[in-house]
Amino acid sequence: MTGPLFPQGGPNMGQPAPRYEGRAKVTGEARYPSDVRLPRTAHACLHLSRIGRGTIRGFDLTAARAVHGVIDILTHETVGDAIRQTPAIYQGGYTSDSLLPLGSAEIAHWGQPIAMVVAETYEAAREAAQRIVVTTAPHPSPAVDINAPGAETRALEPMMVQAGDFDAAYAAGPIRIDARYTTPAQHQNPMELFATQCVWEGDRLTVHEPSQYVNSVKFGLAEQLGVPADNIRVISTHVGGAFGAKGFLTQRTALVAIAARRLGRPVKLVATREQGFTVSGYRAETRQHVQLAATRDGRLTALRHEGWELTSRADTVAMGGASMTTRLYACPNILGRVNTVAADRSTPGFMRAPGEVPYGFALETALDELADRLGMDPVELRRVNDTQTEPVGGLPYTSRSLMRCFDVAAATFGWSGRSPRPGSMREGDWLIGWGCASAYYPAQAGNSAARVRLTADGTAHVASAGHELGQGMTTMMAQVAAEELGVPLERVTVSLGDSDLPPAVVNGGSAGTASVASAIMIACDAIRARLGVPRDAPYAALRAAVAASGLAFVEELGEARAHGRSPESLPDMYRGRALPLGGVELPDRVQFAMGAQFVELRIHRWTREIRVRRAVGAFAAGRIINPRTSHSQLLGGMIWGIGSALHEHTDIDQRNAAYTNANLADYLVPVHADISEIQAILVSEEDRLVNQAGVKGVGEIGVVGVAAAISNAVFHATGRRLRDLPIKLEHLL
Amino acid sequence: MRSFQYSRPSSLTAAAGEMGGLLAQDPDAPAAYLAGGTTLLDLMKLDVARPERVIDLSALRGELGHVHPGATELRLGAFARMAEVAAHPGVIADYPVIAQSLALAASAQLRNMASLGGNVLQRTRCSYFRDPSWAACNKRTPGSGCAALGGVNRAHAVLGTSEHCIATYPGDFAQALLALDATLVLAGPQGSRTLPFGSLHQLPAATPHRETTLLPGELITEFVIPARAWTRRSLYLKVRDRESYEFAVASAAVALDLDGDVVREARIALGGVATIPWRAHGAEDALRGLTLTETLAWTAAENAFAAARPQTHNAFKIDLGQAALMRALLQAASLEIRP
Repeated sequence: MTGPLFPQGGPNMGQPAPRYEGRAKVTGEARYPSDVRLPRTAHACLHLSRIGRGTIRGFDLTAARAVHGVIDILTHETVGDAIRQTPAIYQGGYTSDSLLPLGSAEIAHWGQPIAMVVAETYEAAREAAQRIVVTTAPHPSPAVDINAPGAETRALEPMMVQAGDFDAAYAAGPIRIDARYTTPAQHQNPMELFATQCVWEGDRLTVHEPSQYVNSVKFGLAEQLGVPADNIRVISTHVGGAFGAKGFLTQRTALVAIAARRLGRPVKLVATREQGFTVSGYRAETRQHVQLAATRDGRLTALRHEGWELTSRADTVAMGGASMTTRLYACPNILGRVNTVAADRSTPGFMRAPGEVPYGFALETALDELADRLGMDPVELRRVNDTQTEPVGGLPYTSRSLMRCFDVAAATFGWSGRSPRPGSMREGDWLIGWGCASAYYPAQAGNSAARVRLTADGTAHVASAGHELGQGMTTMMAQVAAEELGVPLERVTVSLGDSDLPPAVVNGGSAGTASVASAIMIACDAIRARLGVPRDAPYAALRAAVAASGLAFVEELGEARAHGRSPESLPDMYRGRALPLGGVELPDRVQFAMGAQFVELRIHRWTREIRVRRAVGAFAAGRIINPRTSHSQLLGGMIWGIGSALHEHTDIDQRNAAYTNANLADYLVPVHADISEIQAILVSEEDRLVNQAGVKGVGEIGVVGVAAAISNAVFHATGRRLRDLPIKLEHLL
Repeated sequence: MRSFQYSRPSSLTAAAGEMGGLLAQDPDAPAAYLAGGTTLLDLMKLDVARPERVIDLSALRGELGHVHPGATELRLGAFARMAEVAAHPGVIADYPVIAQSLALAASAQLRNMASLGGNVLQRTRCSYFRDPSWAACNKRTPGSGCAALGGVNRAHAVLGTSEHCIATYPGDFAQALLALDATLVLAGPQGSRTLPFGSLHQLPAATPHRETTLLPGELITEFVIPARAWTRRSLYLKVRDRESYEFAVASAAVALDLDGDVVREARIALGGVATIPWRAHGAEDALRGLTLTETLAWTAAENAFAAARPQTHNAFKIDLGQAALMRALLQAASLEIRP
């Protein structure tokens, strides 16, 4: 890689400030939730079901209890009704799935928690958990995946998208593409494991848990335990990666809370890497069907995208990516449909760009197939179908810079040097493939609040229950307050990740920065108004105004309401219900960040290893508050995209739906050697409509489209069109 | 992980004596030697290995950690670290397949810890072996069956399998040793002996739990690799699902002695595709005395996999293994060897 590691700022971009908590992290001072030391902590270890769907006949806990240091073993027989059945987020509740923790003898899926040991040490808890003997009656033929005979398909009518007359237009289409695609089950595997510590002081509970939404944990736990929410505090100061897996309340938290209450001492659980595969959600496998019709000059006349997504029996969960892939390109006749396929598996959840990664793979590969059929450059195909008006409802985009991204990325990549014929670019024994695809992600925001305090000594403090997942939330919060008030950045401090702070949106859907920055701006406006200090007043004037006020400090709460949310919805954020809204869900407009992905890969002519040699992405996402942390997010996304196309795949045993590669040795992600030259370019874009902050968010868009760019490059290298992910060498032998 | 007793004897004699004492009391004593720990600790955490006594051999590095590349043979102490051998200029120059097989294995962290002796004795990566919640594993529990036969078996073997076990031998270094006709020096309660490396690993047949011909309590102390006419024209080709830190899907250790384009002698061992380090004698025979062409390399590669038996998900390994061998042979033939 040449040039600076990150952009140095530009139009509508802030300063590339270093991470606020960077030093604490690299020196080990940063305390993640499992690092918090509480006196007299007892250690918990889960025991997960080793059968698929079935029934527990009984436990033999003799050997487990005999392990020195074991204190308590929780099973459905001992938990009783200590935990209440509450609705999952998909029914307007808080939990990530509908299974009641240790709720009954019924086992819904392999990997379901069926017991939890509490012991004096982690080692004793783990040894005892391994020694639990369970007698079970397995279901004779559990439905293990999306193709299993016993899985139930259900069409989700509310997710249907329709414009014009698809059938007629497709039938009349001069050029047609009809192709089916599949994407595999994948797991986020954030580096930090799923940990929970609970400590009771009287009737007050404190939870230390890595979370993307401390208030879903707080309010969900209050419902589950029948405890007033005011008595629960959830702290999540640092999160070691989340990617959707730490978004909502999982079964483990209530178990740790009741174990701590039973023992009258703190209890700590750190689920193992393997347990993490079913302790939280994951990206479910999909099947997809895309049909395109186009004129000979490449104009789309019909577009159909239908998806089937695996879900659990307990929860109907769908990422519904067709609602977006049908709104990206000009086309008069559109049909989008989504179906769920319920099987005997754990409930899927959100994984970085949950709908966009699988559906984007299918649509952007289909477009490449169309470009090939037309003999047209794939970049030009996107240009011909570019639009500033969303094709289904005719709504305007708040801003859309797709082709600017393509042009910047194509020029940087050197796309004009491409020899279009498949198999025509070679270097020695290596076939070279170039491919590209669009990236897109809905710009979303949720209701959020932030408190800003300006003190007489000229320092400022920003507080909001947003989350530092490693993405740079802390730095961003400090930067926005510094910029809005005119206080030097080094004089701003930040508190976040604590349910006692003003509530913020769930840090998902790339909505965190847009939402919290807007709230901080409102608070800062209020402070300046109260002090009578105009915008852009010098720092000295600001300090003088605080001094003149006679107050020790001036403090204001900013509450930002997301576009599309009603004023009546604002109090919901104080009840743990601040969810992102945007993209195609608004009545008056659509909001998207856009990007373009280009990939060069090489494939050995005999042994068929596929190696990405370079990747260039260009992204326009409105205002960029911190180019350094944004660039890092985009790079991480692009690397994950390479993994999603070539490496990541959760293996499912067909007998019981066991995940047979539930560890980081066998669940492959790219290593350093897989990533050579990679460039993420921030394309300047200004969007005054999207939200107060003008921010669209960059948390997820970097991963979108990479898989299609890779599959398109594989086609270019070999002439083989591969429609099933991951693409592995055996598919090319 | 279950509780265990731990000792750290100060010499080879003391270690063998300690193990011998335990075995004299109970021939099936649940005792294990600990070298670099990269296999044993892993399996103990997974509750697969359950030794009650662990004899730590790390003190033996002083007497058995040598790397001696000589004109007639390469002598490697069993406690030399993988990384030390892989980086040794004499090994890289004169025994390239040895250095490459080690450099391409595992990760830098593991290569810095793992010993050579432990490396060749590493256990299979079969998911069903490594997860004791699968009752059926003839390696773990003789007579219990093989869960991998009806399971996810893309990574499993196509050569040397039996109806009792299809687990792949996962290592890389062993193929290099096999191709170069290495000899092992062993020590144990019954004294020292030598063993051709090719006699170390046992086919699973009906007894997959018996993986080697080591006697109870015996351990590897040294590897002796003879320098022959083909040693310097040798290489290790490893095909895998990512560029580093990953086991082979298929690999080939090859060594050639050429007279112009004519093969005077060939040595071939295959990895990633077989239940044990796999010497391809038939492929060697197919090459000997003939001009090495792309066609001949294919013929040899087909020969190497003539007896292959695919499972549900790994039939591709036959094609891939052939392609890897062919590529390795042509690449070895094209090496420029300094006089």
